[in-house]
Amino acid sequence: MELDRDTLLKLYRTMTTIRHFEERGVPETGQRGMSASVHSSVGQEAVPTGVCAHLSDDDYIGSTHRGHGHCIAKGVDPKLMMAELFGRSHGPNKGKGGSMHIADMSKGMLGTNGIVAGSVPLAVGAALTSKIRKLGRVAVAFFGDGGANQGVLHECMNLASVWKLPVIFCCENNGYAESTPVEYGLSVANVSDRAASYDMPGFHVDGMDVLAVFEAAGEAVSRARAGDGPALLEARTYRYYGHTVFDNPLTYRTKEEEDHWRARDPLLTFRNHMVAQGNVITAEELDQMDEEARVLMEEAVTFADASPLPEPHEIYEDVYADYPVEMMRRGANMPV
Amino acid sequence: MTTLTETPMLPPPGETRELQTREAINEALIQEMRRDETVIIMGEEIAGGAGREHLGIVDAWGGAFRTTRGLIQEFGNERVLDTPLSEAAFVGTAIGAASTGMRAVAELMFVDFIGVCMDQLLNNAAKMRYMFGGQVKVPFVMLTRIGAGFGSAAQHSESFYSLFSHIPGLKGVCPSDAYTAKGLLLAAIRDDDPVIFFEHKGLYGDTCPVPEEMYTLPLGKARTVRPGADLTIVGISKMTWVAVEAAEELAKEGINAEVIDLLSVSPIDYDHVLDSVRRTHRLLVVDEDTPVCSISSDICARVAEEAFDYLDAPPSRVTPPHTPVPYSRALENIYLPNAERVVNTARRLMA
Ligand SMILES: Cc1ncc(C[n+]2csc(CCOP(=O)(O)OP(=O)(O)O)c2C)c(N)n1
Ligand SMILES: [Mg+2]
Repeated sequence: MELDRDTLLKLYRTMTTIRHFEERGVPETGQRGMSASVHSSVGQEAVPTGVCAHLSDDDYIGSTHRGHGHCIAKGVDPKLMMAELFGRSHGPNKGKGGSMHIADMSKGMLGTNGIVAGSVPLAVGAALTSKIRKLGRVAVAFFGDGGANQGVLHECMNLASVWKLPVIFCCENNGYAESTPVEYGLSVANVSDRAASYDMPGFHVDGMDVLAVFEAAGEAVSRARAGDGPALLEARTYRYYGHTVFDNPLTYRTKEEEDHWRARDPLLTFRNHMVAQGNVITAEELDQMDEEARVLMEEAVTFADASPLPEPHEIYEDVYADYPVEMMRRGANMPV
Repeated sequence: MTTLTETPMLPPPGETRELQTREAINEALIQEMRRDETVIIMGEEIAGGAGREHLGIVDAWGGAFRTTRGLIQEFGNERVLDTPLSEAAFVGTAIGAASTGMRAVAELMFVDFIGVCMDQLLNNAAKMRYMFGGQVKVPFVMLTRIGAGFGSAAQHSESFYSLFSHIPGLKGVCPSDAYTAKGLLLAAIRDDDPVIFFEHKGLYGDTCPVPEEMYTLPLGKARTVRPGADLTIVGISKMTWVAVEAAEELAKEGINAEVIDLLSVSPIDYDHVLDSVRRTHRLLVVDEDTPVCSISSDICARVAEEAFDYLDAPPSRVTPPHTPVPYSRALENIYLPNAERVVNTARRLMA
């Protein structure tokens, strides 16, 4: 597939921004004592990048616990994200959600989610809104290979197919759910095989190749926009680090396997591809984008640290649209 | 006045072997699986790396919090089952196995995930015996985890045991240390009813004396961990130790608080609490669960109903607010009950 220079530049910029956010933001968050809830997506950058390149701010995505890449690809400002990870009030969630709940409705970002496959029905609901109100929007539900085995996903695929909703079910198959290898939990060879059960097309792509993801996602999104209903897109990818920072993945996978996937790094693959294509984009341009991403994360950390902590009374805010604070404190003997 | 030696639910004096709470849970599982071959256990990452035996990977994780370490080596993958990420399926399957001849233990990694499989507890485990006119017993245990204080936000921090206590047909226990964890887990597995076993994430590393031989502690019984005459403070799970810390502070002011460790959240040992309140005339419940329609509100109600004439102050509570658990530490620290809040509330009750 021939892509114009601007699209190619954008794809790489997104990937390197995600990479730099993870490499900087995850340890920085840990240093602030909040590492229990942070999951790095390094290695998987090509998937949200290739998919979200087809979406505008009006389209929706639902994300997972490993969702920093989804946020960035959907246009959420990394500075605000960093503030959220640090529990600061300039985060999109005002410091109340953290890594596993980053939401930015102005970008169609329906939240990262701490419940596996928990955001899938939210994306389906956004697709329903679009269909009823004829908005022409599509929604993407991201989930992992572990999430592929949650009942709610299957109910959603059936429902979306019956109702012909403009939603793409996007499985980021990174080979593991925590320490459990994908083949252990999956009755079929590929997650995408399951599309047949719900009478929707199933795409299976190399999730380390952003161009392959971009191409398949383009087809799925066009179908959905045209009113032809949902699709299931599986991208085979790999997380370089453990499930969380506390996990040593070599207890359940081999060094050879890690090396095999790292050699197919999505940023490197793209770089090699550009060189092979006769430098549509030069190595210097790519280096420049890497450097800009690095500087952006520097700024993000500074911004986040300077952002104020939430005020004590904010604990009672946004629980409901309308509910007396006194009823939330009553009997609890709260200090505020 | 109750003295510590009269309460049978403390480690035997002279016991010198110290175990962490996580080790005590692990030991109870291993001992009971040796004793009773009908016991099986299933859950996510129970062993870890399942199906990779050919690569030399047998027990990668031994549980997300290492409480099931070593089980798969000893008992094999027919009795120790790593599951797909499908709680509705495996929790329900465990209940089905339990009602047909097994003693089944299933682990729900965090109690916050209960939403995806609640139906199996609510409509099967809890009601089968009754609906079937007593034809089945359901010796099922669900191990799960509670507790905030780790910066893990609203979907990984809750202590929703009261949700389950509300359901007739389910039992629930909240061990507060290694000794009670071992004794209550053995009792839970041997019990013929469904029991939810709530492990607090903040207690795993704590140690206390634990006998090596098997022992059970009765389900539905509280224990007194600190005798006192002026005020009864009831703690649940980790909050027991917050209550003890507060009691020590209060002692410096000449207020002598009795601390009760509730241990069971269904059935609730109202009598133990009532006996104490009839002596101290004051009640304060410290609970990490939210305050509305909760264990803490229930205990206060029961004390008001049954010991009204003995009370010198309103039955009171220290709990989180009626809100989800906030992420930012700045807010989470306010959310959680602590000794300072307990002391301040206790002072008011004494005034
Ligand atoms: C309903 C539910 N069950 C279990 C968990 C605990 N948990 C969090 S992430 C995870 C593994 C998810 O695997 P996968 O869907 O493949 O996503 P990945 O971590 O590989 O990105 C598990 C078991 C959870 N958060 N929610
Ligand atoms: Mg995975």
